[in-house]
Amino acid sequence: MNAWLSTLPGLPFAGQLINLCAAIMLLIAFAMLSQRRISSLIRLFALQGAVLCLSTAVVAQSTGQDHLWWSALITLLLKVLLLPWVLRRLVQRLSVKWDVETLINIPTTMLVGIGLVIVAFNVAQPISELAGTITRSTIGIALACVLLAFLMMITRSKAVPQVVGFMSMENGLFFAATSATYGMPMVIELGVALDVLVGMVVFGVFFFHIREKFDSLDIRHVEEKARHD
Amino acid sequence: MSPLTLILTCLAGWLAVGLAGVFFARRFFFVARILFPAGAALAIGVAAAALASIFSDPETAILPLGLPGLPFHLRLDALSAYFLCLLGAVAAGVSIYAAGYLRRREGSATPGQQCLLYHLFLASMCVVLLADDAYVFMVAWESMALSSYFLVTSDHRIAEIRRAGYLYLIVAHIGAIGILLSFGAMSGGEADGYTFAAMRTHELGGWLQSAAFLLALAGFGAKAGLLPLHVWLPEAHPAAPSPVSALMSAVMLKTAIYGLLRVAFDLLPEQQWWWGALLLGLGLATAVFGVVFSTVQSDMKRLLAYSSIENVGLIFAGVGLSLVFAANAMPLLGALALTAALYHCVNHAFFKSLLFLTTGSVLHATGQRNLGRLGGLIHPMPWVAWLALVGVIASAGLPPLNGFVSEWLLLQSFLFTPQLPHGYLNMLLPVAAGAVALIAALAGFAMVKFFGVVFLGQPREEALAQAHDAGTLERIGLVWLAAGCLALGVLPNFVIATLDPVTQLLVGSGFANSAGKGNWLLLAPISEERASYNALIFLGGIVACTGAVFVAVRSLFHGRLRRVDTWDCGHPVAGGRTQDTAEGFGQPIRQVFAPFFRITREHPSPFDREPHYRIVVEDPLWHLLYLPLARLVEFGTRLVGLLQRGRIAIYLMFSFVTLLALLMFTTR
Repeated sequence: MNAWLSTLPGLPFAGQLINLCAAIMLLIAFAMLSQRRISSLIRLFALQGAVLCLSTAVVAQSTGQDHLWWSALITLLLKVLLLPWVLRRLVQRLSVKWDVETLINIPTTMLVGIGLVIVAFNVAQPISELAGTITRSTIGIALACVLLAFLMMITRSKAVPQVVGFMSMENGLFFAATSATYGMPMVIELGVALDVLVGMVVFGVFFFHIREKFDSLDIRHVEEKARHD
Repeated sequence: MSPLTLILTCLAGWLAVGLAGVFFARRFFFVARILFPAGAALAIGVAAAALASIFSDPETAILPLGLPGLPFHLRLDALSAYFLCLLGAVAAGVSIYAAGYLRRREGSATPGQQCLLYHLFLASMCVVLLADDAYVFMVAWESMALSSYFLVTSDHRIAEIRRAGYLYLIVAHIGAIGILLSFGAMSGGEADGYTFAAMRTHELGGWLQSAAFLLALAGFGAKAGLLPLHVWLPEAHPAAPSPVSALMSAVMLKTAIYGLLRVAFDLLPEQQWWWGALLLGLGLATAVFGVVFSTVQSDMKRLLAYSSIENVGLIFAGVGLSLVFAANAMPLLGALALTAALYHCVNHAFFKSLLFLTTGSVLHATGQRNLGRLGGLIHPMPWVAWLALVGVIASAGLPPLNGFVSEWLLLQSFLFTPQLPHGYLNMLLPVAAGAVALIAALAGFAMVKFFGVVFLGQPREEALAQAHDAGTLERIGLVWLAAGCLALGVLPNFVIATLDPVTQLLVGSGFANSAGKGNWLLLAPISEERASYNALIFLGGIVACTGAVFVAVRSLFHGRLRRVDTWDCGHPVAGGRTQDTAEGFGQPIRQVFAPFFRITREHPSPFDREPHYRIVVEDPLWHLLYLPLARLVEFGTRLVGLLQRGRIAIYLMFSFVTLLALLMFTTR
């Protein structure tokens, strides 16, 4: 298979595949930024996880880094299957399927997002020159994904989209690590994965408490309460 | 078994005793009457081992404790051994006293908890003295501060005590930062520069060396109660239980002096003479400030706390003078001043712990700390009163007790300053000597006030007549410390011979040979013709005079024993309330030194039904320095508070902008 890949002209096939994945990641990040419906948001998040898993697997295959297979497997289990399932159940239990309110309107957010992508590419330029990996061209995209997810956390006023933004940020971070240095040491990856899982559990508990207290998941109510205390 | 091993065994024993206190917290008798005496026995072990090792070569050990790759370095040299000896000897007396002092239900902390913290406190002070690298020093220093904080606040249900503890904790941490930075400056930025052995070899530049000294001065000064970082001392000492106040005042303040000596003479390669001048000035200012304030206090433990500030100031002045001499290549005179300072350390440790413990007995017997409600206690509490008299005489610096010897040596060392090659110093130092004399006199005044108001005269309250004397264990502790005061005063040449290795280590000279001159009773610092002191002759003279007067009065004069109320003066409405009060006694000093104080008076008007006179004497530094600082901090935090808008989106925005800015900055 490797022999066949290397016969192709220009970029090696694996490199092209990774670039494709990166492009899809960025596209999904923008889609999440503009998505109003929570259920679609969760689906997009799962999709992003799947793309991340695919790209990790491709890197693992083409570079022979065995531990990346484990990373891909963890990504698949955690971010494609478990977390979206938990989130979907939460949304059903809390019945907050529908519209997401944003603090800034969506076209403006998209414009800011484009600016962020430009910044990310400029910032990543010197890093990718240092990195000696086949995936180095995607560092800029990974950074852009992180920043876009952060932007989503800022602009959303409901708790669930903020959590999705948090998870998506972690996706971007993971992607950046894979593309810059073929992944972080296994221990750190496991630790981060565990962090995300625990974070999810904590958020889940908080959702119920917020709703019980304020009859809504809009965090503005919590902020009001905090200001009055 | 080498002395260091023995000391470490005793340390482990203290920790075991402390843990046993927690495990058997419910068995009061076991904790108070068995564990604390066991701790005292271990303290004597520490003192004996340290005394044996003063004259032997330095001994080092590396303990595989602490973080991986950062073992604990310990070293026992003459300086550590001297201070360990002081710690052990004083702690033995205090522990025995504490065994009798603890009550089943007193304060909020149980005896078991106090047992743990007390022995932890002792052990961490020991480790501070043994430390041979900055890491273990700071660990021990901080555990000393924390354990003493919890001991101070053992009655934490009282808001005033919590406040005192908080102030203590803040000042302790500010001091710890200074010490840490000083070690950082001395480490020279090397990876293994944190050991003291490496610090000794570092060649620091001029300003870095001075910066290290000044930081260490600030850090250790905060712990010792040097002006203007003394504010915690008069608050924390009255708040703590008496054995703890005794230990803090007697030993913990000395660990700060040990630290400064270690940094200034041992770790920093060459001394500057202006360090000594600064230390001398600060020390004298502290001493004058402390003694003037101690004369106007009306709380007995607060009076002693201010007196501790005074003594620490005197010790700092001695160290400063020694630095001046040492930097001017006069090792013999440096050794004289340093001997005076070190001698005063052990003297202060003994008499101040003795006095604090007697206040503890008075507090238990009467429930009063306020001098205005005490008096005449010599009749119900003869043991405590007579032993307190020993401490009072020592503290006032009168022969034949120990306080006199060190103050006399300090004055002697001032007399040799004309040989210094600095014109201004030569002219100013006699003024400093005058200040030392003034301090000694005022200390005597404060001690007369303390003893006179508490123990003499008539009781100012009805209940005082029922006060009970100290128990057996308490008496043993008090007698131990009083005997120490007497021995240190009567046998000065032995102490000076013990101090010889220490001054040899620090300034490269000692004067035990010239002081003794073969005559072991006669103390003559430089030469017998200039000045000499023989304590035994003094003691004999005093005993003979007292005996002669006593016999003469009893046999030659009328011989009748007549008992009347003191301060009676033939007044028809005699009673406890008509005698001179603590406020009245301090009034002349308050008038003379009025600019030192911040006084608020409330006079009664002639038409008041219930006339009330109130006077509050406060520390002016509190209003001039600390409150403005606190306001500044408050203002700053309010500015920071502007960032807190209570909206998650804005908080996220802050981190987002920070992230972007950092990315831009690092990749530019």
